[in-house]
Amino acid sequence: MRRLFCFLALTVAVLLGGCGKPDFSDAEKKTIASLALNTLPALKPDTTNRFADVPAAAALGSTLFFDAGMSRDGTVSCSTCHKIDRQFQDDLPQAVGVGRTNRRTMPLAGVARDPWFFWDGRRDSLWAQALTPLENPLEQAGNRTAYAHYMKARFSERYERIFGPLPDFSGIPLNASPLGSNAEKAAWNAMSGAQRDAVNSVYANIGKAIAAFERSIEPAPTRFDRFALDLATGAEPKGDAAFSREEILGLKLFIGKANCVTCHNGPRFTDNGFHNTGVPPVADLPPDRGRVDAVAQVEADPFNCFGAYRDGEASACGELRFMVKDAPELVRAYKTPSLRGAATRPPYMHAGQFSSLDEVVAHYAKAAPSVEGTSEIHPLELSDRERAALVAFLKTLTE
Amino acid sequence: MLGKQAFLRHSVFPQAGGMRSTRQNVVRRRGTGLASLWRYLLAGLGLAALLVGVLAAVYLTAPHSAQPVGPDISRTKKTDNGLYVASFVPERGVVRQGELESWVLTLKTKTGASVERAAIAISGGMPQHNHGLPTSPQATDYLGEGRYRIEGLKFTMSGLWQLRFAISSGAGSDTVLFNVVL
Ligand code: HEC
Ligand code: HEC
Repeated sequence: MRRLFCFLALTVAVLLGGCGKPDFSDAEKKTIASLALNTLPALKPDTTNRFADVPAAAALGSTLFFDAGMSRDGTVSCSTCHKIDRQFQDDLPQAVGVGRTNRRTMPLAGVARDPWFFWDGRRDSLWAQALTPLENPLEQAGNRTAYAHYMKARFSERYERIFGPLPDFSGIPLNASPLGSNAEKAAWNAMSGAQRDAVNSVYANIGKAIAAFERSIEPAPTRFDRFALDLATGAEPKGDAAFSREEILGLKLFIGKANCVTCHNGPRFTDNGFHNTGVPPVADLPPDRGRVDAVAQVEADPFNCFGAYRDGEASACGELRFMVKDAPELVRAYKTPSLRGAATRPPYMHAGQFSSLDEVVAHYAKAAPSVEGTSEIHPLELSDRERAALVAFLKTLTE
Repeated sequence: MLGKQAFLRHSVFPQAGGMRSTRQNVVRRRGTGLASLWRYLLAGLGLAALLVGVLAAVYLTAPHSAQPVGPDISRTKKTDNGLYVASFVPERGVVRQGELESWVLTLKTKTGASVERAAIAISGGMPQHNHGLPTSPQATDYLGEGRYRIEGLKFTMSGLWQLRFAISSGAGSDTVLFNVVL
């Protein structure tokens, strides 16, 4: 009898000893593994840009990205807002170029993996995206023929080595664009179809070179990734890979009760989709309806995947072809941002509405209704300790 | 899920106690032998441990018995009014999250004849998140033998997805809903 009890007590102790350690269920472990950076697949080729993986194109793209000459007054480059030492963003609620814009500069790590670009996804390729700020009067404020002339004047040799001969510029006005001032529009309309096409081709190639460069901007491993790797392999997390109790609680909430992982999923913490999360508009900015107004814009873009400047087959245009065009949930829907590095680059949201992660978490807990459309967020019962834990977890997504 | 968490919560304290008791137990045995007090104590502890073990087992198995029946995830089913037998499978055999995919919808009549020239409209979403599909999939090709290629599907998150097909052909109009769990 006594032996039996001894044996039983021992077995139970051993059994429970084994069970005391797993802080995470198998389902939680699976989710955590799916968020780790080592599950990020290799970057897929971009068949719509045949220069996407040409090193000389990426090198030219890098030059153009940092070149303030690529603007109307010679003061603004992509890197004015996408700062290389600040995760390719600028820490401002709304970006400032030649003028003040209405949206926050987006960080660029891993951007080449996205199907849609901008907060509202109004462009469908990285190279078509790059052409937009160049002509936006609030950003670089240039015009299409001016950029083509600039290529010839400054980079003709590098350009021609990559893309082949530049067109004949005789008779092409110095300043003309279908999007510019009235004078620029008139000048554009006076050009022949062949001239416009030639200029558009040079312009598209500028975008393709910049996109080739941007493909090299990738997210770096973080504390969370080291923790997740150790959890997956069963190794004891050491040094900064060990999570505090608070961080573990935050992680559990993120993938559990707080439902963050429904949208912020995969190794980039984004589903690449658009959601109305009830983020309030900024008082003095023009109305912003998000994705619902971007649909027509991407369809009308001459540089979209269906357009004449795409390389490769139209079979690469699935996202545009099967895009949701009208649905109530597109109203004030914005692209789910990656959360990697977010802790060290406030402010947050599409127009910098929140200045800290505490405010972001408070927003999700409260789940205020959207000013227009319906928010997908439901109120959360979170104690102060749980809110702090979520923030602590988000901080582990930095190096 | 719930059951397991509950199990963990309950197991934490008995575990510590259980460990300590065993250790004491070993020491005592080597030392003075078992006084009757110790015998009772040990018996008590053993019983408590047994109880905890049983409780743990109950909690562990609870999710299986207590869980409501999951969604019907069969890939072949009769349409709602029984006009067709539809089956819906990924064209490449596997479902991958976050990528545009093609699936194949096969339509047969009750008697097993292939349904040709059907008009197919597709809708759906995630019922638990109140949102529709992130893409608008379409029937893009007829592959013969009642098989239609459905292109442009994308499952952006894990969970329960629903796809509704409205089908009409010479045999009449009917609808069918498929659940896809990721
Ligand atoms: C005036 C500041 C500014 C300049 C200059 C600028 N950007 Fe941006 N960038 C932004 C802002 C603001 C957004 C978001 C705009 C929106 O959603 O409407 C953005 C968005 C982007 C995106 C989309 C990222 C994503 O996740 O969807 C990319 C890529 C990008 N910019 C690259 C560039 C490139 C390349 C250039 C130079 C050709 C450039 N930007 C010039 C401010 C700027
Ligand atoms: C329904 C989808 C969805 C859910 C659920 C969700 N998010 Fe978001 N998240 C978004 C979208 C969309 C944005 C951008 C919204 C905007 O700018 O208007 C965003 C923005 C953020 C940002 C700001 C990032 C930046 O660069 O501006 C943080 C931080 C964040 N979410 C954390 C969380 C946390 C923590 C949770 C869980 C409590 C959560 N999210 C749940 C979709 C979601």
